[in-house]
Amino acid sequence: MRHIISILLENESGALSRVAGLFSARAYNIESLSVAPTHDPTLSRMTLVTSGTEEVIEQISKQLNKLIDVVKLQDLTEDAHIERELMLIKVEAVREARDEVKRLVEIFRGRIIDVTETTYTIEITGNGEKLDAFMDALSSITIHEVVRSGLLGISRGTRVLS
Amino acid sequence: MELTGAEMIVECLKAEDVEYVFGYPGGAVLHIYDAFYKQNDVKHILVRHEQGATHAADGYARSTGRPGVVLVTSGPGATNAVTGIATAYMDSIPMIVITGQVPKALIGNDAFQEVDSVGITRPVVKHNFLIEDVKDVARIFKQAFYVATTGRPGPVVIDIPKDVTVAKAEFSYPSEISMRSYNPTVKGHPGQVRRAVDIMLSAERPMIYTGGGVVLGNGSEQLRQFTRKLGYPITQTLMGLGAYPATDKQSLGMLGMHGTYEANMGMHHCDVLIAIGARFDDRVTGNLEKFCPYATIIHVDVDPASISKNVKVDVPIVGEVVQVLNEFNQALEQTERTPNASALEKWWHQINEWRSQDCLKYDRESEIIKPQFVLEKLYEITKGKAIVTSDVGQHQMFAAQYYGFDEPRRWINSGGLGTMGFGLPAAIGAQLAHPDDLVACVTGEASIQMCIQELATCRQYGLPLKIINLNNGCMGMVRQWQEFFYEKRYAMSYFESLPDFKKVAESYGHIGIKVEKPADVVPALEEAIAQKDRLVFLDFITDQEENVYPMIPSGAGLNEMILV
Ligand SMILES: Cc1ncc(C[n+]2csc(CCOP(=O)(O)OP(=O)(O)O)c2C)c(N)n1
Repeated sequence: MRHIISILLENESGALSRVAGLFSARAYNIESLSVAPTHDPTLSRMTLVTSGTEEVIEQISKQLNKLIDVVKLQDLTEDAHIERELMLIKVEAVREARDEVKRLVEIFRGRIIDVTETTYTIEITGNGEKLDAFMDALSSITIHEVVRSGLLGISRGTRVLS
Repeated sequence: MELTGAEMIVECLKAEDVEYVFGYPGGAVLHIYDAFYKQNDVKHILVRHEQGATHAADGYARSTGRPGVVLVTSGPGATNAVTGIATAYMDSIPMIVITGQVPKALIGNDAFQEVDSVGITRPVVKHNFLIEDVKDVARIFKQAFYVATTGRPGPVVIDIPKDVTVAKAEFSYPSEISMRSYNPTVKGHPGQVRRAVDIMLSAERPMIYTGGGVVLGNGSEQLRQFTRKLGYPITQTLMGLGAYPATDKQSLGMLGMHGTYEANMGMHHCDVLIAIGARFDDRVTGNLEKFCPYATIIHVDVDPASISKNVKVDVPIVGEVVQVLNEFNQALEQTERTPNASALEKWWHQINEWRSQDCLKYDRESEIIKPQFVLEKLYEITKGKAIVTSDVGQHQMFAAQYYGFDEPRRWINSGGLGTMGFGLPAAIGAQLAHPDDLVACVTGEASIQMCIQELATCRQYGLPLKIINLNNGCMGMVRQWQEFFYEKRYAMSYFESLPDFKKVAESYGHIGIKVEKPADVVPALEEAIAQKDRLVFLDFITDQEENVYPMIPSGAGLNEMILV
């Protein structure tokens, strides 16, 4: 099963490679990983999407907790939570495709953030499924470039990871 | 007080009461060596290869429980140390490895003798640091010692660029340390402890299975109390030997691939398994599907990640071995309940029947020296009191089987990584830590050649080791597997052009004795031991055909042993 693990780690050089190294050394999956400093600049927040049996996920949590740089972690998938991903796409936009793309962007509540005579660059956020659905909707359009952020997650309600 | 980074290192080591540093100089660490030169508190032991430095520090740590300290230069110094760091990591040995690094401005430029030491060692350390500012030296050393020695111990690497060793700053060594991201659990969960005690007292066919964690956690006394109070059989892993006395009647010896018949059968048939400071390694469990099919499993370990990693357990208890055993012992004192005496009597009857198989028997009439015979005699002559290090192979298993360890920290071997070359340098560390004890290195003619240069270190520091070379002229353990599983196709397991070990020992300034007949074994051992101040290299020419029995072939269960 897919799990979203949220990790608070020391904002130090090498912390990211410890996490990445752990996953490759122990042959765990990483579907996506995103990391950036938090409002406390000494800490980074990482969201890591992985998958495996319950036993494997338990091991992943324990092994992550063992890393000295990991301050705290939480499996978001255990509770109600919000998932978001950001995607930037550059598509070909000429003749009737210009209107078609604009319409689709509106339906999916994205934004066109850069325009040339032949291209649009679109920004869209949502969970992974929504972004996939948007890509599918663009099937008749020529896509030049896709950039996805990887998933970010946070608990619903008052629960915080700190 | 303002000090250079190099001087700070010396001060940090003094503050940590470090007795010995095992090392080898080079460009990146010359400032540090200069600082060592100017003081007499911390003694530096010059090895002949950086692998030797790490194993020697490791042997020091295993035999004392205190962290071993290593100092090597950048680049090849650091890479040579990696095998020893990984060896310590696999067996959870506290160790501090200081690696020199090129000056900060050159890092990343493929400078002379530059390697990414932090990157290379990352998967084989508990933690590592790159010191970027001389102001951080004291804090990082304090953290490094704290991390290496607490919780599940392990090696910590400190990489220090050359310019940081010359830079100056105010120095004061912190007395306290706290790390928000590192708080090892100490005590067991009271509810789990109660549940565990309840289950162990209901057992009809109990087994206690203990590992290196009891030795590392200094829990030997508490384990003895616990085991005797219950009257249950106990088996120990290769890493755990000595925590419970081998000669005690409740001891079933070692378990696992080359464990005793009674230990492995006891494991297979038990209904309650009490695992303490052991990690269910594949060499212990055999085929996981067939492992302990009838048992409710209680598992005590300081590392939560060891619990339910390979085998799903019923009662996990995270905590330090000493603490949890104290909690068990208290609970056993307080409860009205006692073990089920009649069930236990039946169980011991069964175990004694397995014991009567005498699974460690071998041909005592042999005309050729049997390796088992040498170790049995070594045991008798040293009255089981020696510190024994070993290399890796058949001789290691024979030592574990035939030298009965009654005390912890007397059996020193590379169990997790299985590093050939470990034995001799580890013995150096153990001998330095225990100058009045007899330290014997049990080795084979293949293993000993992997770090044989350390004979020079022994000469320089006058270390009177006794080297027991079980010379069967082949890589015995490899040959055994080829005999069993590759239809005797002995690919590359035979040694051509072996040196004359007697002469090798002599050329390093030691005594060498070649022993070819069983009748000469005891006199040779006696003579070696009588040479109190000299290293004696005993080259025993042993039976090439001998195999380690019993054996559980891979894929089999613990009840499917091959016996002699
Ligand atoms: C560094 C290293 N390389 C290879 C091995 C694989 N290996 C395990 S045992 C062994 C043979 C050891 O031979 P020897 O030291 O003569 O001991 P014996 O088995 O004959 O007692 C080998 C090659 C190892 N454990 N370590």
